Amino acid sequence: MRDFINIKMPNGSEKPLPLVSVDKVGVTERANFFTTRSIKKDSKLWALYTAISMVDLTTLEGADTDDRVRQMCAKAIHPVSPYLFQEMCRQSGAAVEPIPSVAAVCVYPNRVKTAVAALKGTGIQVASVATGFPAGQVALDIKLQDVKQAVEAGASEIDMVIDRGAFHSGRYQDVFDEIVAIKTACGDAHLKVILETGELGSLEKVRFASDLAIQAGADFIKTSTGKIPSAASLPVTLVMLQAISDHYQATGRKVGMKPAGGIRTAKQAIHYLCMVSEVLGAEWMNPQMFRFGASVLLNDLLRQVYKQITGRYYYTKAFSLD
Amino acid sequence: MSGLNGSQLAVPKTIKMYIDGAFVRSESGRSYPVYVKGTKQLYANLCRGSRKDVRAAVTAAQEAQPGWSGRSAYNRGQILYRMAEMTESKRSEFVELMTETMGTTKAAAASSVTRAIDALVYFAGFADKYHQVLGSENPVSSPHYNFTCSEPVGVVGLLGGDTVDFDVWVGQLAAIICSGNTVVALMPELESALLAPLSEVLATSDLPKGVVNLLSGELDELRAVVASHMEIQSLCYMGDDSKVWSELKVLGAENMKRVVAPGRETMGLESISGFLEFKTVWHPIGT
Repeated sequence: MRDFINIKMPNGSEKPLPLVSVDKVGVTERANFFTTRSIKKDSKLWALYTAISMVDLTTLEGADTDDRVRQMCAKAIHPVSPYLFQEMCRQSGAAVEPIPSVAAVCVYPNRVKTAVAALKGTGIQVASVATGFPAGQVALDIKLQDVKQAVEAGASEIDMVIDRGAFHSGRYQDVFDEIVAIKTACGDAHLKVILETGELGSLEKVRFASDLAIQAGADFIKTSTGKIPSAASLPVTLVMLQAISDHYQATGRKVGMKPAGGIRTAKQAIHYLCMVSEVLGAEWMNPQMFRFGASVLLNDLLRQVYKQITGRYYYTKAFSLD
Repeated sequence: MSGLNGSQLAVPKTIKMYIDGAFVRSESGRSYPVYVKGTKQLYANLCRGSRKDVRAAVTAAQEAQPGWSGRSAYNRGQILYRMAEMTESKRSEFVELMTETMGTTKAAAASSVTRAIDALVYFAGFADKYHQVLGSENPVSSPHYNFTCSEPVGVVGLLGGDTVDFDVWVGQLAAIICSGNTVVALMPELESALLAPLSEVLATSDLPKGVVNLLSGELDELRAVVASHMEIQSLCYMGDDSKVWSELKVLGAENMKRVVAPGRETMGLESISGFLEFKTVWHPIGT
C-alpha cells in the first residue's frame, strides 16, 4: 500500500497527502474515555446552553413545506417561550440566562428563501444542503447550479456531500477538484463538507477523506447526511477532530466540525463537547467552530435544562415538536 | 433460598430490581441487607434504588404504556390470569420469604398468598368487564347519543409505606395494570425481599417489558423523585403517614397528578376506577 497520494492543488503544484493509519481499537477506547466524565450542576447547565447554541436545527424531508420551515425558524429563534421560561425560573428561584437561539437552520435549497425571510435580523445562519443531497450522484454542473441557487437565495452556509462513488473508485483527484469547484461557487458562504462516514468503510478512509476536504478548502467537515442508519459516532468524530488538529498545527488554519445524525440526547451532546474541548481546546467550543446537526436533540437539551432548574424530570410534551 | 438442598454451602441471593423487563442492580451500586427476622443472620442483599433508577423505570413504563393499553382487554386478562398461575407455582417461595424475613406465621403467610392469587384472578376477570360496569349511557335532552367511557391515566407511581399486606399490594398492582396503565412501584420497605419471587412472576407471565417496574429502596429518598416526575400521571400511596400524603400532593400538583388512596377492599372496582380517566362523548343523532 502506498503511504501517500499525490493531489494536484488548485495552484498547479502537487502535494503528497499522507494515508494516515488509524488504530481502531485505540480510537474507540479513547472515544469511550470521554463518556466517563462527571459533569454536574453549573458545568452541566453551561454545557447544555452551549450545546443549544451549537445546534443546526434541521429539516430535510420530502414533505417539507414553507410553513413547516417557518415553524422551525420560530423554534430556532426561541427554543422555548422566553416569557414562560422566565416565569419558571422565577418560581424555582433560579437566576439563569435566557435560553439562547440555535446556531443555524438547515434546509433544502428550495426552502432557503423562506428561512432567510423568517430569520432576518436574528443572526441565525441559514444553511442549505446542496450538490444533489444526500447521494451526490449528479453531474458537477448540476451540483454547481444547486449551490449557486442556494447562495443566491441567501444561504450563508452550504452543506455539500462528497462523491462517494468517485472516492471508492480511487478517483481522489475528482473528489478534491469537486470540493474546490464548489468552494469557489460558494463565494462568501461557509462550506461544510459531508463525508458520509457510514459509507466510507473504515476509519483510515474517514481520515483520508477529512484531509482531502480540509486541503480542498472546507470550512467545516461534517460526518453524515443523517439519511443512512450509520451516522455520527464518537470514534469517527474523534478521527475527524484529529485531522482538524493536525491541519491546525501544520498551517494555523482552523476548520470547524459538525457531527450530524444519531445525536439524540443531551448526554451524548455533552460527550461530544468533552471530546472537542480535550482534543481541540476552548477555541473550538463555540458555534463558529462546532455544530450539532440535529432536530430531536434540541428538545432533550431543553428537557435537561428544565431538570437542572426545577429539579423535576420533565416530560417531552412540554416542548414543541418543531 | 438460603441454602441449596443437601448442600452445606449457603448461597445468599442478591435480589435485583425489575426494570424494563430486566433484573438489574441499582445504577448507584448501593445495597442493603435483609436479615432473618429477629436475628443478625443475613438472608439476602437488596438493591437500594436511586433517583436514576426511578428515571429509567419511568422511561420504561412510559414506552410500554401505549402498547399495553392497546392490547385487547381480553388479552390483558389472560396475562393477569397467567400471573395468578405463576404465583401459585411459587407459593412456597413466597411463604418462606414471609416467614423468614417478616416473621409472619406459616398459616398467615399461606392465606395471604391465597388472597393475592384470588385478587389476580379477580382483576383478570374484570379486565374486559369493568368498562361495562363503570361506563354509562347518559340521558340528555338534546338530539345526542351521550355515553361515558374510561381510559387508563398512563404511568402510575405505586408507593408502599413501611408495610402493606402482600395480598393488598398485589391486588392494587393488578387493578392498576388491568385497565392498561403501567406502573413504577417502590416495594414496601419491610417487605422488599418479596420483590424476588414477585418479579420472577412478572417475568414469566407474558407481561410485556416495562409494564410493571419493581424497585426496592427507601421511600424517604425516592418519594420526591416519583412525585415530582412529570411523566407520571397518577400516584398511589399505600401508607398512612399524613406528612407523606401532603408532600406527595404538593409535588404532584405541578402536572396535576392525581394522588389516590388504594381501594378500601382488596378486591373491588374502586381499585380500578381510581386510575381511569372518564371521557364523555356527545354524538349527534339528528332530530
